[in-house]
Amino acid sequence: MAENTKQAFLQYKSDQNVRWCPGCGDHAILNALQKTMAELEVPNEDLAVISGIGCSSRLPYYMNTYGFHTIHGRASAMASGVKVANPKLQVWQITGDGDALAIGGNHFIHAIRRNIDLNVILFNNQIYGLTKGQYSPTSKRGFISKTSPFGTIEYPFRPGELTIGARGYFFARTIDKEIKLSVHVMKAAAKHKGTSIVEVLQNCVIYNNNTHQEITDKKYKDDRTIVLEHGKPMIFGKERNKGLILEGITLKVVTIGENGITEKDILVHDAHCEDPTIHLKLADMEYPDFPVALGVIRDAAAPVYDECAQQQIEEIKEKSKIKSFHDLVTTGDVWEVK
Amino acid sequence: MAKKSKVIEREEVVVRFSGDSGDGMQLTGSLFSFSSAIYGNDISTFPDFPAEIRAPQGTIGGVSGFQVHFGHSEVYTPGDNADVLVAMNPAALKANLEWLKPGATIVIDVDSFDDKNLAKAGYKSNDPIEEDNLSSYNIIKAPITTMTKNSLKDMGLDNKTILRSKNMYALGLVFWLFNRPLENTERIIREKFSKNPEVAEANIKVLEAGYNYGVIIQAGTPSYHISPADIRKGTYRNLNGNKAIAWGFLLAAEKSGLELFLGSYPITPATEILQELSARKDLGVKVFQAEDEIAGISTAIGASFAGDLAITTTSGPGLALKGEALGLAVMAELPLVVVNVQRGGPSTGLPTKTEQSDLMQALYGRNGESPLVVMAASSPVNCFDYAFYAAKVAIEHMTPVILLSDGFLANGTQPWRIPEEGEFPEIKPPFVEKPAEEWNVYERDPEKLNRYWALPGTPGYQHRIGGLEKDFLTGAVSYDHHNHDKMVKIRKEKIDRIADFIPPLEILGDEDADLLIVGWGGTFGHLYTALEALHDEGKKVALAHFSYISPLPRNSYEVLKKYSKIVVCELNLGQFASYLRSQFPDVVLHQYNKVEGLPFTVAELKDHFNKMLEE
Repeated sequence: MAENTKQAFLQYKSDQNVRWCPGCGDHAILNALQKTMAELEVPNEDLAVISGIGCSSRLPYYMNTYGFHTIHGRASAMASGVKVANPKLQVWQITGDGDALAIGGNHFIHAIRRNIDLNVILFNNQIYGLTKGQYSPTSKRGFISKTSPFGTIEYPFRPGELTIGARGYFFARTIDKEIKLSVHVMKAAAKHKGTSIVEVLQNCVIYNNNTHQEITDKKYKDDRTIVLEHGKPMIFGKERNKGLILEGITLKVVTIGENGITEKDILVHDAHCEDPTIHLKLADMEYPDFPVALGVIRDAAAPVYDECAQQQIEEIKEKSKIKSFHDLVTTGDVWEVK
Repeated sequence: MAKKSKVIEREEVVVRFSGDSGDGMQLTGSLFSFSSAIYGNDISTFPDFPAEIRAPQGTIGGVSGFQVHFGHSEVYTPGDNADVLVAMNPAALKANLEWLKPGATIVIDVDSFDDKNLAKAGYKSNDPIEEDNLSSYNIIKAPITTMTKNSLKDMGLDNKTILRSKNMYALGLVFWLFNRPLENTERIIREKFSKNPEVAEANIKVLEAGYNYGVIIQAGTPSYHISPADIRKGTYRNLNGNKAIAWGFLLAAEKSGLELFLGSYPITPATEILQELSARKDLGVKVFQAEDEIAGISTAIGASFAGDLAITTTSGPGLALKGEALGLAVMAELPLVVVNVQRGGPSTGLPTKTEQSDLMQALYGRNGESPLVVMAASSPVNCFDYAFYAAKVAIEHMTPVILLSDGFLANGTQPWRIPEEGEFPEIKPPFVEKPAEEWNVYERDPEKLNRYWALPGTPGYQHRIGGLEKDFLTGAVSYDHHNHDKMVKIRKEKIDRIADFIPPLEILGDEDADLLIVGWGGTFGHLYTALEALHDEGKKVALAHFSYISPLPRNSYEVLKKYSKIVVCELNLGQFASYLRSQFPDVVLHQYNKVEGLPFTVAELKDHFNKMLEE
């Protein structure tokens, strides 16, 4: 059985040597994606992996699927074209914090707004790696880099907040080295109909090493993150004794057994609820005030662009008297010259 | 006893309808041209309207016009100057004086010539006829507003609806001037207002009232008669350049067996193509109104990768934004058609006016050595043909193609003969035929040098492409310097070889002419009409009009070398002339350029050519 899974996993690898830096978080994300495909048993030919520009965007070359490494920032638009042209394909978009949120911000929010069935994996390392270390739109305020030697004076985007602000219906977060969790959220993203955004907290070993360390380090991870599961209470911590409650309209971290708090008081995660209010609050939680939310934060249903586009064409085809080019040009105000 | 009215037999006539941009002049002009076409005249039309949707009423800036040229023989342009001008207000009169033939007939709505409107139009006195010295013109002062109100006073309509139909009064009067029956127009009005029969009947009543006014005042007023033209047999309809482009792609989709995908963002004057194809869901067209110009082309490139006939439509500023993505299509060697309906530039420029100033941008406006095909339509109706052939070349040679149109072609109409079965060839997409194990992503057709198309969804042909330089054979990323050199050259050679698949350059007029006129794109009608006029004067002139610009037809040099005096005419400062010089450095080229946002006039061309012949 294990041997079969291994075989299935290898089937998604291309013949190209992977050329990311040793120790780069991208290797783990690539593995997780290939495992996801193997577990979902999608035929290789039905997969299209589309990327923009940046370290992450080299990923399509390493996949034995149809792949297109396009231009900086435009992957959402390219992928939208692929999906609308052939909705039978399962389309993955590979992008980074610069590609998706800086140069490609416009396409990113509009793909989400349209709710095209794309699975977007956003590698967030809070730095420009391929151009060797400039701050990105997700770098923390005050971040020092080659283009911000005195610290940045701008606030970062929070990808979850941006997704929900653009009317997104799926948002999940994982950590590069947590392959099991990554496979879990990638599978959920693939199954979700509509645009799915998966933010991966990715480590750039060269230009921004350990940027997520205070959250992702094994020593503190259990206390500083919370893995959300639909239908389960929002409990976290090494001792599994911490939880989230709603106080007024804000979230609050509590300890079970203190101040009369019992497990019953803890919020239960509802990923499917259409109202994004709580999802937004969960997505925005930051250490040290809160644990950082991982897992599927939002997974709600809404009409899907590519399905609706196809449906509309079928309906109009059915109704219209014009069935061919000939019908079109001979209908209306024509006259004969004899 | 009434005098018998004069009936003037004419070969061709130009009528210009002009009024405020809310006066319905575009509809009036369209109705008149349709009726003339059905009558059997050849026609060419051109609307001229401000960029503002409703510019300040009564001002010159807000004047909207529609010109119709129709004739007993073939007509190629909407005409330089008008024989008949309908001016719905003083601004319309003032704005069009420059475009009148000597002794032209001017119909004015005297009711609108009040002090306020005269002042807005910039008249100093209350007598524009005197002020502009118009006594040599045949002026019909019709109380159009009053008469429209009178004829509708018993119908219980509100004042706004009544005033809106005064354009029909003017139209009726013009129909009388040309002895045209009203039936076809009445039928179209009834169809157009089928949901509002009251408005339809009001319009028809006013139309007839206008016609009857002509009958009553006919003493002393000339009436024109234009016999039907001798036109090729077939079924016809009126078509403008934008619609023709949309329809050309529909036929190309049918002939190639591919589904049609349009990714586009609205931009004047190209928007109508997007609108027309959006309405064609019945033919399965997938239209994606993108968030911007870049997404327009990017979705199209994605759709092309997935196997659709993919196009994007734009105008100059949009083409600038699409440059980087076009380079990707060059590198990935995917079929794509980019339509650029040119307008006045640079920057936002003159959105509703025509110009040919994007030629260099189309040829060279990308980073790197980035060759692609550039074609240009030359009449409103052959926009259909060139859209079809742009798609054919893009698909069969696996390359992006830029098709240039312009504001003049986009909005101008002509009668279009509906092509018969078999008139257009099949389009054969170069799908991979080899077994997957033997196939390499960048191996090429030995003759055309195109790579082959493997569509996502096909088992075994999984492959990766992208904007990084590709290995000559496998398509894997390659930074090898020899390989890059080879790829740069083969991409160029692939485009050059398309010259073997396009028609040779034709010479119109005298083979042994003393002057060769060279043009490209939308100026054909004016250049050809000028050539005919010179020919009638016994002058020896020829015209070489280019529709394929990159690559040039194989015989281009051979043709140019034959003539000692050559003038390249274009609506820019000499972009095509520069391009030709770069290709054929030993050919001496004179230039005739105009950059006013307007088409050439036949008269100015004739004058210039005559001067050149005398030199």
